[in-house]
Amino acid sequence: MKNILGREVPDNIKGYGEVKHYDGYLASKGTKTKRSIKLTNVLPGDEKLHDNLDTVLDKLPLKDGMVVSFHHHLRNGDFVLNMVMEKIAARGYKDITIAASSIFPCHGELVELIEKKVVTSIYAAYISGPVAEAISAGKLENPAVMHTHGGRARIMESGDLSIDIAFIAAPTSDDYGNINGVDGKSACGALGYAYTDAETADITVAITDNLVEYPNTTIDIPQTLIDYVVVVDAIGDPNGIVSGTTQITKNPIGLKIANMTTELIKNSGYFKDGMSFQTGAGGVSLAVAADMKAEMIENNIKGSFASGGITGYIVDMYKEGLFKSLFDVQCFDLAAIKSAKENPGHMTMSASMYANADNKGSVVNKLDVVILGATEIDTDFNVNVTTTSDGTIMGGSGGHADTSAGAKLAIIVTQLANSRISAIKDRVTALTTPGETVDVIVTERGIAINPKRTELIERLKETNLPIMTIDELKNIAENMTGKPKEVEFTDEIVAVIEYRDGTVLDVVRKAK
Amino acid sequence: MKILKPAKAGTLESNDISIMLMPGTNGIEIELESIVEKQFGTEIRTLIENSLKELGVEDATIKAIDKGALDYTIKARIETAVTRAGEM
Amino acid sequence: MLRRSMLFMPGNNPGMLQTAEVFGSDSVILDLEDAVSLGEKDAARILIKGALKTFNYGTTEVVIRINPFSTPYALEDIDVMARLKPNAILLPKATPEDMKLLDEMLTKIEKEEGFEEGSIRIHALVETTYGVETVYETIQMSNRVDSVCLGGEDLAADLGVARTKDSEELFYARTKVVNACKALKIDAIDTPFTDTNDEAGLLADTIHAKKLGFTGKLSINPRQINTIHKVYSPTADEISWANRVMYAKDEAEKEGLGVFSLDGKMIDAPIISRAMNTLNTARVIGLIK
Repeated sequence: MKNILGREVPDNIKGYGEVKHYDGYLASKGTKTKRSIKLTNVLPGDEKLHDNLDTVLDKLPLKDGMVVSFHHHLRNGDFVLNMVMEKIAARGYKDITIAASSIFPCHGELVELIEKKVVTSIYAAYISGPVAEAISAGKLENPAVMHTHGGRARIMESGDLSIDIAFIAAPTSDDYGNINGVDGKSACGALGYAYTDAETADITVAITDNLVEYPNTTIDIPQTLIDYVVVVDAIGDPNGIVSGTTQITKNPIGLKIANMTTELIKNSGYFKDGMSFQTGAGGVSLAVAADMKAEMIENNIKGSFASGGITGYIVDMYKEGLFKSLFDVQCFDLAAIKSAKENPGHMTMSASMYANADNKGSVVNKLDVVILGATEIDTDFNVNVTTTSDGTIMGGSGGHADTSAGAKLAIIVTQLANSRISAIKDRVTALTTPGETVDVIVTERGIAINPKRTELIERLKETNLPIMTIDELKNIAENMTGKPKEVEFTDEIVAVIEYRDGTVLDVVRKAK
Repeated sequence: MKILKPAKAGTLESNDISIMLMPGTNGIEIELESIVEKQFGTEIRTLIENSLKELGVEDATIKAIDKGALDYTIKARIETAVTRAGEM
Repeated sequence: MLRRSMLFMPGNNPGMLQTAEVFGSDSVILDLEDAVSLGEKDAARILIKGALKTFNYGTTEVVIRINPFSTPYALEDIDVMARLKPNAILLPKATPEDMKLLDEMLTKIEKEEGFEEGSIRIHALVETTYGVETVYETIQMSNRVDSVCLGGEDLAADLGVARTKDSEELFYARTKVVNACKALKIDAIDTPFTDTNDEAGLLADTIHAKKLGFTGKLSINPRQINTIHKVYSPTADEISWANRVMYAKDEAEKEGLGVFSLDGKMIDAPIISRAMNTLNTARVIGLIK
């Protein structure tokens, strides 16, 4: 059937099951139940420490069809997922569900396990690289479930997916499982996604390459949540874990978009003392952060908090006193890691605290302004960050749909037309974030405001900003690129895009 | 115009198209690789063929690698290649 | 027209040509000279031809920088480009002799194409010691000249001196060019600031040139446009001052006074003209309605 966003989503999907259709971004209001967690208590005299992965795996109740989780703080430098899955495959287990907060190009080895049906289901908020291509090509037995960062916490807390074993990449741990992410050669900073894994899995295995004496004096994930600690040579490649520094875009069009975005924020009514703000690590987002910094200083504005994945640019703003505090779910660069360790106002948070729609209030609800990207936007302001415009999976929501729902002003920044691709479509190829939660689109050639936001339109009318309708913006782009032919898809569903509340926004079909 | 010798035009940068034009005997043969194949592949092939015909080229083999060039760029690169290929 | 910023765009780069006007510079200079390698001059001409036929650059002035007459490319550059009726041609290494030649060629092409005579304008890029010494005559060689642009890099080389950040070596050329332009009532456009990562340096250099009398600045990177515009746009204080001058003038006229003063200062014709210019600029760039 067609859901309320006009997307063709069946009521029942093979390999996924019955579909709860999206019914509006606030439709999930109500009383929730958390799943009860099975745990094996640890008594005096019990040991948790192992010096190799095999002896731990010998102890685990491994079985066909089990659900194992991984987190992505080591980003494209992660060794843990491959290391564990290789061993599980070698032991002959099949039909495994991987719940990884994100999957990166470094996880290409998974493709072989997908082809051999060792791995038959994948849950993730973001998938790029060879695994994304394999899923797009229909190689995964069941459709991949692509949720949001907050949705993942919700799935795991509610028991929509019960995690049998969580494998936690631990940059530093003691022998009893007190973990932090800020020390050690594989330091990655905040461990927000891992925290929720540790809390919600039945069994939790910490894998570390930096064992410290008990007690570890900085604790992000406490011993009460950890069953086993394994020491290995390396949990990741520091070069892939974080970029040394994240960089502001040098692309002049990106900078132009950032300038316009800052001008818009300044005139939006939200630019005032106590403002809260989130922006990602993309080059344009960072350019907005740099512009905002200058404007906040010039206008003597002191914000409340900045949240999300934290970068050095945001840390600088904190140090300048432009934000009272930082809420950090993952660090994007070395400056952020250092700050997470040193600055008292730089607070780490769990994925659930960040963005889960089914707890007693997540941080995204308190956001004023968020800057987000898009590969496509349609004339209803729906956003795609899951696939390319030819339908290949290359990303996913991450916190996109969560922050967009929470923030008072959700701004999408994107180049209107590049390489013959227009960002604005009649219909997005895949729908990641519903248009009712998107307020503004800023492109180099114009700004479109969601017609629902009448007060914002009124306020910005007085400025010199090039405000236009989204149809006008679409026409400008199509005059350049020409009208693209609709990409043709088969009926085969390769991924299901879940909203943060567990309803289905859209499905990704295999392209012809 | 007759294509006398192989000629190249364009680059592999984004928004451009790299054209390799070679003498042919069997009408216009196009080998296209494009990042927007699914959305614009047919249009681009037609455009290349029409541009060549407008320039009076009847026989040629074209290898094109497209990085999202707009029509004006595709036409310009074809024209450049043809001019270069026609020189003695 | 207002010409605070003139932005160079490489002529053989499709991505730049199709976004040339989005950076908001008052003029874009599509470059056939330095930004295009010797083997690609033909390709760039054909590409620019396509771009000009395809895109509407709106109110942005479109200028083509041709190759200098000392190269084998200039004649074909002019022949192909002028027939596309760009707003203007930027003549590099401008001298009185080359200006005369360009003017004649444009007149001839305008006739052939049925364009109004003099409709294709010229900007003179003065970047040699000879060009500096003869700048006044160069401007007088054609009625088409709307501005002189100073090219500091080539000029420093011709002077045999190092190009420095504070541009001391350009002082004579800058004042000479400004003076000639003001005398003949055309725009004076300053040399580009080439360190694109030094925003503070760009700001200081632009402010300095404005003090010397320049009316705008060349730019080699879109990132510089905002800073240049900041310098060449009237501030809120300047606009309010200009408004008060005009108000005082109206009041004085009502009372039949020939001379009047504001804040204890005598207001005369040049000051009124400056106030009108300020308000006009503010209106053109949308600062006031």
